[in-house]
Amino acid sequence: MTTGFASPADDYLEGRLSLDALLVQNREATFFVRAKGDSMVGAGISDGDLLVVDKSLNPISGNIIIAVVDGELIVRRLIEREGKIILQPENPDYKETEFKEGSELQVWGVVTATIKRFG
Amino acid sequence: MPIALVDCNNFYVSCERVFNPKLEGKPVVVLSNNDGVAVSRSAEARALGVNMAEPWFKFERLAKKHGIIALSSNYTLYGDMSARVMSILSTFSPKQEIYSIDECFLDLSGFPSDSLVNYGQKIRQTVKRNVGIPVCVGIADTKTLAKLANHCAKKGFAGSDGVCDFGRLSDAERSKLFASIPVGDVWGVGRKIAEKLLTMNIKTVEDLKTASPERISSQFSVVLVRTQQELNNVPCIELEDAGAPRQQIMVSRSFGTTVTALEDLSESVAYFATTAAGKLRQDGSVAASVCVYLHTNPFKENEPQYQQSKIVPLSQPSDDTTRLVKAALAGLKAIYRSGLDYKKSGVMLMGLQPKGSIQPTLFDDTDKQAKSDNLMHVMDSINRKMGKGSLTIAASGLGHGWAMRRDKMSPNYTTDWNELPIAT
Repeated sequence: MTTGFASPADDYLEGRLSLDALLVQNREATFFVRAKGDSMVGAGISDGDLLVVDKSLNPISGNIIIAVVDGELIVRRLIEREGKIILQPENPDYKETEFKEGSELQVWGVVTATIKRFG
Repeated sequence: MPIALVDCNNFYVSCERVFNPKLEGKPVVVLSNNDGVAVSRSAEARALGVNMAEPWFKFERLAKKHGIIALSSNYTLYGDMSARVMSILSTFSPKQEIYSIDECFLDLSGFPSDSLVNYGQKIRQTVKRNVGIPVCVGIADTKTLAKLANHCAKKGFAGSDGVCDFGRLSDAERSKLFASIPVGDVWGVGRKIAEKLLTMNIKTVEDLKTASPERISSQFSVVLVRTQQELNNVPCIELEDAGAPRQQIMVSRSFGTTVTALEDLSESVAYFATTAAGKLRQDGSVAASVCVYLHTNPFKENEPQYQQSKIVPLSQPSDDTTRLVKAALAGLKAIYRSGLDYKKSGVMLMGLQPKGSIQPTLFDDTDKQAKSDNLMHVMDSINRKMGKGSLTIAASGLGHGWAMRRDKMSPNYTTDWNELPIAT
């Protein structure tokens, strides 16, 4: 036997907000990658930050992406300029990489968010 | 009724390559943990002459000479990648049978037959893009033929670009193709059967397909009769849909070498139960019973065969590793027969229900229950922090004779915050 009144909030219960649901659109295609170094510091990505990477997305100019260059994963901004494809760092100490015709850019995934922890 | 078999290309090597692109284009071999035999090899390693199931010491010199990279198997990584691949594949058909860690059947009935190749290409592209794993797709009217079509897709027979649809071949083309494939490549035809078929002058797939059914049934078991029918487009093996919500948790392994002793089996069964219990708690469920099973190698037809399973009900549903291990070991003891070479054992947790929903009984010791909850909580959190298997029940053993060699293992890129891939 139940006693007392049901909570008036019962009918209004909704799922609590979840960062996972907010940041992960495609569970199967989403991977987490650790940023190392300061090549993208101008874009707000610092050493040790967590990158949320969705492999299912088609990269477009302006996206921050993970690319494979010489077998290593690097994080850069993808820029298409005058028919050229450029991987652009966001730090004046780093050089941009240009992909000429014939050399293929290998995109690993599109960075959709970065997570920083303090302390 | 068209069926597709989707199979990942050298799956373990492909998983490693996703996170370590330096391995691309190089000869790579993944070794089993038990006995260091090759369980996955890249096309480059295959071309250098590394065979499946070949022990490392046999090709160590070859490896040094050609710079073959050998890795220990990282089943945590492969398991997660497999779950991703299977989940993606499940969106391509209402009916999916996961056949192994790296392959599944999809029911494609109802799809227009002239668009199946395109659909297969779409499957390949989606899996490749979303998780980075290359797959091949074989399409045909029976499971046996779909397997064979996949084999053809892998080998690039019939001009197929990773997708092979037998429905697109004329009878003559099909006969020609089948006549070029050794009968031993057919699903379910083991080495022993192939040898016997050879003595009967049945050498190719086409030979078996067109052999007189009476001749086959007089010499072989019903299994091969069904295989022959399936080669003739008559479906005999049904698609087993496992798409229902998780009603059970299963952990099992084939042993790299056969295992005979009860102690060794106990150790592996305890380990499986421990792993399954961890999954159970992750789901927030409890199990009502524990099923343990073991079997010998069915492909060694000349050796004594035995397979048995036992369901051990729990006095009350539980998620406590100690209880589950105890039940699994009791079950194992009941079905174990000495003097046999066991190939596989496994533990299945059944009768799952959400933990909050269980009715306490009169005999419950709630105090003890709270203590057990605390212990399990501590165990899980230590294992999460320090790495899986840091803390286990003593019965699951310390140095696993049946699961060792992990010296060249890659990081757990997708399951451990401390081992994520790094981008500079």
